[in-house]
Amino acid sequence: MVIEKKVILEVFRFDPEVDKGPRYDSFTIDVKKGMTVLEGLLHILDVQDHSLALRFACREGVCGSCAMFINGSYRLACQTQLEALKGRRVWVGPLPHMPVIKDLVVDMRPFFEKVGLVMPWLEALSAPSGKEHLQSPQQRSIINEAVDCILCGICHSSCPMTWTKKDYLGPAALTKAYRFVADSRDVAAANRLALVNSEDGVWRCRTVFNCAEACPKNINPTDAIESLRRKLVSGRRKSR
Amino acid sequence: MESHQVLIVGGGLAGLRAAIAVADAGRDVAVMSQVHPVRSHSVAAQGGINAPLGNAEGGKDDSWERHAYDTVRGSDFLADQDVVEVMSREAAEVIYELEGWGAPFSRTPEGRIAQRPFGGAEFPRTCYAADKTGRLLMHTLYEQSMRRRIRLYPEWMVLSLVVENGLCLGVVAYHMLTGELACLATGSVVFATGGYGQIYGRSTNSQFNTGSGMAHAYYAGVPLKDMEFVQFHPTTLIGSNILVTEAARGEGGYLINNKGERFMKDYVPKLMELGPRDIVARAIQTEINEGRCFDDGSVYLDLRHLGEKKIVERLPEVRSNCLHSLGIDPVKRPIPVQPGQHYSMGGIDCNVDGETLVKGFYAVGECACASVHGANRLGGNSLLDTVVFGRRVGRKITEAGTGESSSPNGKALERAKGRVEGWLKELFSGSGDEEPAQLRAELKETTIEKCGIFRDGAVLKEALSKVTELQGRYKKLRAIRGGRKFNHDMTRASDLGGMLDRAEVIVRGALAREESRGAHYRMDFKARDDVRWLKHTMVQHALEGPRFSYKPVAVTRWKPEVRKY
Repeated sequence: MVIEKKVILEVFRFDPEVDKGPRYDSFTIDVKKGMTVLEGLLHILDVQDHSLALRFACREGVCGSCAMFINGSYRLACQTQLEALKGRRVWVGPLPHMPVIKDLVVDMRPFFEKVGLVMPWLEALSAPSGKEHLQSPQQRSIINEAVDCILCGICHSSCPMTWTKKDYLGPAALTKAYRFVADSRDVAAANRLALVNSEDGVWRCRTVFNCAEACPKNINPTDAIESLRRKLVSGRRKSR
Repeated sequence: MESHQVLIVGGGLAGLRAAIAVADAGRDVAVMSQVHPVRSHSVAAQGGINAPLGNAEGGKDDSWERHAYDTVRGSDFLADQDVVEVMSREAAEVIYELEGWGAPFSRTPEGRIAQRPFGGAEFPRTCYAADKTGRLLMHTLYEQSMRRRIRLYPEWMVLSLVVENGLCLGVVAYHMLTGELACLATGSVVFATGGYGQIYGRSTNSQFNTGSGMAHAYYAGVPLKDMEFVQFHPTTLIGSNILVTEAARGEGGYLINNKGERFMKDYVPKLMELGPRDIVARAIQTEINEGRCFDDGSVYLDLRHLGEKKIVERLPEVRSNCLHSLGIDPVKRPIPVQPGQHYSMGGIDCNVDGETLVKGFYAVGECACASVHGANRLGGNSLLDTVVFGRRVGRKITEAGTGESSSPNGKALERAKGRVEGWLKELFSGSGDEEPAQLRAELKETTIEKCGIFRDGAVLKEALSKVTELQGRYKKLRAIRGGRKFNHDMTRASDLGGMLDRAEVIVRGALAREESRGAHYRMDFKARDDVRWLKHTMVQHALEGPRFSYKPVAVTRWKPEVRKY
């Protein structure tokens, strides 16, 4: 393999139980064609520093494990080519505003807890045919974007509202709520809307659009939140 | 010490489906997994899940019998036909169930679940959600597990399965987030721990698919079955070996060699690109070996004639993987592909309900081998396997009542924990100089080069002596470093021993089986030999090394015949 260039990976290191504070360690990597930031980090783990902690799994952008902050952008490390990054130094850190467990590993438990609060499942009546519920391709296409979410946590970490209000459900959980409210088969929209109709639900969003900009799957959570708000408001108008 | 009536190890499709079945029977169940469930390797399944629904044009005459027959023929008659029958009979029902739980399948114009053609299948019976089927089913089952408030132990890694006097007592596990080692007592343990792809070079599998579950079961005395049958997927991206789904060919993609020919005409002219995986993988590898490949050692998977609209709608993930990994847009350029290790047909020996030799211990999904895939799995049957048998295992446990009362044997579990603790201390105080990553790299090269698509007795012997050498060097590892918390050095080193022992089992099984059947192809024994080899390979762990035996194949409806396409 041809070595395209050398880069220095500046990797965030911190174990809150051991270290006084965080630091960045430098590792020089020979970049081969097609090499991703994740492959660079795995090379460090294999050869340069066996104590590095990070999450990784599918290495093809579908499992959501390797969400990180790379050169000041929210990225999946496996979907970020080293060659394509400008400059000789590449800064790799954990998802900002989430508690660090070790190095690049953050505590995702609060994030998943929030996803669990919005009735994140389909409530459907049994299909009359005993087979599948009919859903037209048009109806299915409404949820195209929302079902693409891989729960990587990037949008949640990027949202300024989650930084200051720990109880805010956040863009991922709200997108999940939208995914079911908008599903033609679902019969529990009212219950779900009630769950997100609060100060720490849809009304906390300030339409900053960080989430939409950061999402590695090109989902627009702000849009989903806006749709939920519209449904809430039009529901109120109807009931007047 | 925590205890649960039922513990499921592995949070992929098989594990969660089993957990849901147990929870629905009102039993206490927990799911323990190395990664959060939505990070499981099930999410990487792209193309679809088989069921004879007859929704697609040309699929009206499909039936469970045709599905079962295709599966048996695809398996090169090594699958147990009674088990295959169960899978295809229950297929439609589990698909409708998933749909009712919210699975966002793609739809036909009439609003039914969309189906596409797949390799080795007579009818278009692969239900799909674009090329994201595994991922969207995984999220659906995760959602349903939240609905049932199923207790999760994410980022817990099992380090030992505790069995005493033929009875399963629980597990010893390591919590990655804290570094804590704990025992968990249960009435029943289900392993849904996935495949071992990382034993092989050029694998499509996730980084954590080391098959540790098979190792723990093996060491606990449970036999492994048909381990020499390793599936190589015909099309993986050159270099990264990221999967390119069979759906790319199901939707009409061509395979092209460096002469610009659709070379499948020379192998299976009737089915062309939609031959079964073993046959297409061998065809591609033959083109490569005989020099009819491109400079990078690939052949082309050409989708351009499908047009941008179809590619974007049906194969968006394939497109984005090509763009990310190779900078190639399949709308404009053909995709360079090569075969890669993909799936393990073999696994923990179990019956149609996941029961094993050990009372209270069950296996399901890729780590298991009830034998529905035999010598070669058809595309779209692995997702089906996970949900059909996940549900069956869950139901069996609750019926059998083995999950009923757990009388924790605290002493036995504490002893097991002590043994694991001692083993970890040894890892941390190793005085050798062998580098785990180096051993792993040599192992992967050995398996793919010497026990891959084409096998040969003399080369397999080389593979065996290399694996034996690596097993020796494994005893001289350097000391593992760092603290206990989130220590990859430790988990990878501890996995490696099991990977080496399983590689030995795979190679020995392949060496013993002097015939060619399905994915196991011997250059020195090119024909299938039903007289000598229509039987399952069984292997049990023993101090002196793996102990092999054989067991008959269940042949019910379909007499073995020449497998001709």
